[in-house]
Amino acid sequence: MKAEGKVFRYGDNVDTDVIIPARYLNTSDSRELASHCMEDIDPDFVKSVGKGDIIVAGRNFGCGSSREHAPIAIKESGVSCVIASTFARIFFRNSINIGLPILECPEASEEIKAGDKVSVDFTTGIIKDETTGKEYRAEPFPPFMQDLIAAGGLAPYIKENF
Amino acid sequence: MPMTMTEKILAHAAGLEEVHPGQLIMADLDMVLGNDVTSPVAIKELPKFGRKGVFNRDKIALVPDHFTPNKDIKAAAQCACVRAFAKENEITNYFEVGKVGIEHALLPEAGLVTAGDVVIGADSHTCTYGALGAFSTGVGSTDMAAGMAIGKAWFKVPSSIRFNLSGKLRKHVSGKDLILTIIGMIGVDGALYRSMEFTGEGVHTLTMDDRFTIANMAIEAGGKNGIFPVDDLTLEYLKEHGAKEPKIFTSDPDAVYERTIDIDLSEIVPTVSYPHLPENTHPAKEGKDIRIDQTVIGSCTNGRLSDLEAAAAVLKGRKVADGVRCIVIPATQRIWKEAMHEGLFDIFIDAGCVVSTPTCGPCLGGYMGILSEGERCVSTTNRNFVGRMGHPKSEVYLASPETAAASAVTGYITDPEEVGYEG
Repeated sequence: MKAEGKVFRYGDNVDTDVIIPARYLNTSDSRELASHCMEDIDPDFVKSVGKGDIIVAGRNFGCGSSREHAPIAIKESGVSCVIASTFARIFFRNSINIGLPILECPEASEEIKAGDKVSVDFTTGIIKDETTGKEYRAEPFPPFMQDLIAAGGLAPYIKENF
Repeated sequence: MPMTMTEKILAHAAGLEEVHPGQLIMADLDMVLGNDVTSPVAIKELPKFGRKGVFNRDKIALVPDHFTPNKDIKAAAQCACVRAFAKENEITNYFEVGKVGIEHALLPEAGLVTAGDVVIGADSHTCTYGALGAFSTGVGSTDMAAGMAIGKAWFKVPSSIRFNLSGKLRKHVSGKDLILTIIGMIGVDGALYRSMEFTGEGVHTLTMDDRFTIANMAIEAGGKNGIFPVDDLTLEYLKEHGAKEPKIFTSDPDAVYERTIDIDLSEIVPTVSYPHLPENTHPAKEGKDIRIDQTVIGSCTNGRLSDLEAAAAVLKGRKVADGVRCIVIPATQRIWKEAMHEGLFDIFIDAGCVVSTPTCGPCLGGYMGILSEGERCVSTTNRNFVGRMGHPKSEVYLASPETAAASAVTGYITDPEEVGYEG
């Protein structure tokens, strides 16, 4: 599985309140959620994000509320992958459970710039900045999580295995 | 192998002799919780698990507390979805408006969590029940759906940080000041993926309400759970609230901790987290230059009876400053009733506060106290992120009930000591 797209860059501690503000949580419609994605820190995100684009951020991405609406909004907005130095734990498990690819890679998180074109190979964990030509390798997931991702998320995994 | 209490609880729930940090396990769940924001997503996901109905109708709690009483038509639709699901599946612990309270105050009060339980909740502050010696943690809606379907959840066993508490909190200093100080020390990702275990002789000097507040905010340091040892006070609380027989797990003396942080409780001072991260802590007494427009006293962090009593002690015989709105929100119906009988509402209303029905409302910028552009609020809630309580250019300052009440009286951030009262 591969992804390629242009990069939207954010800093440390991007919380789920800015990914999808709670004032929009009176719905669980994924399209409506996506139409407000990142709006409090980047009002232009929704207008300029394209299918396959990639978010690169710093430490503790997705901290705060447990709202699964956050990875849902990101996924529905067309983003193919989030690369960060670290992820907050609930966002991490929500992303895996719903099948939003995420990669932890401090070096890539530090160096990749906004607007760069980046490709990601999820099987090898190789992240390539096509703009600069530099390659990075993300930490592979443990086997259990790889099985979960391969099954297509938690629901199909549990249906098959329990 | 020596284990921490968190490791022992998880090993027990996974049917294993022992577990070690980093190990991935499937654990049996004693309670699965959801609210009106997260449950509809889980209810929509549930059929994909290929099961009929739910694993155990007694071990699910549905608590529509975020946008209730219904904020608007969309929120009403979400609550209707939860209500219909609860009825169809005969969920024992569904709480309608009139019985509902803020989930993390309500579940312990209703005796639905006991020591040694494993609890997941589709709400990040589910870590609150660690105060009772349970392993409890926040998850998303898909995990909640899995929990409702098969009664299990996957966990990576966390490594642990030990907070070794000594001494006793001083007058006008509360558990809120302690947990804000800790988050200021270690940062909002200082306990990322880890268990925060509070130990030491100082633990026994903390009230149950203080312990709930402290465990509640473990997530604000990135923690997977916050946990307290079970002592006489815990057992008394569990008995009083009709909880199931406790399963007491104790950390081994030689259990492995990634880090130990020693804290003398007598050194903690009234503390405020400035925007826009809970780690941005300052002593309350340094906040004189910060004028405020609103205070909120309530939430799953600080909406319990002792929190209201502490705020009332400050507000008694005083007035909320001109230009300040003070919103008081008892966390549950029982707390509401007790506060009313104790005469706290007279104190609040005479001071110029408004008292709301139980709701999460303003904490997450839902409703019942939204901030306009440029407005500032001192709040006893748990997060001060950009736009958390309203406009992206509004500001939230996190504090204890006493500090929030003192600030309401003066109109700026105020150390309760400054107001000079007997509390």
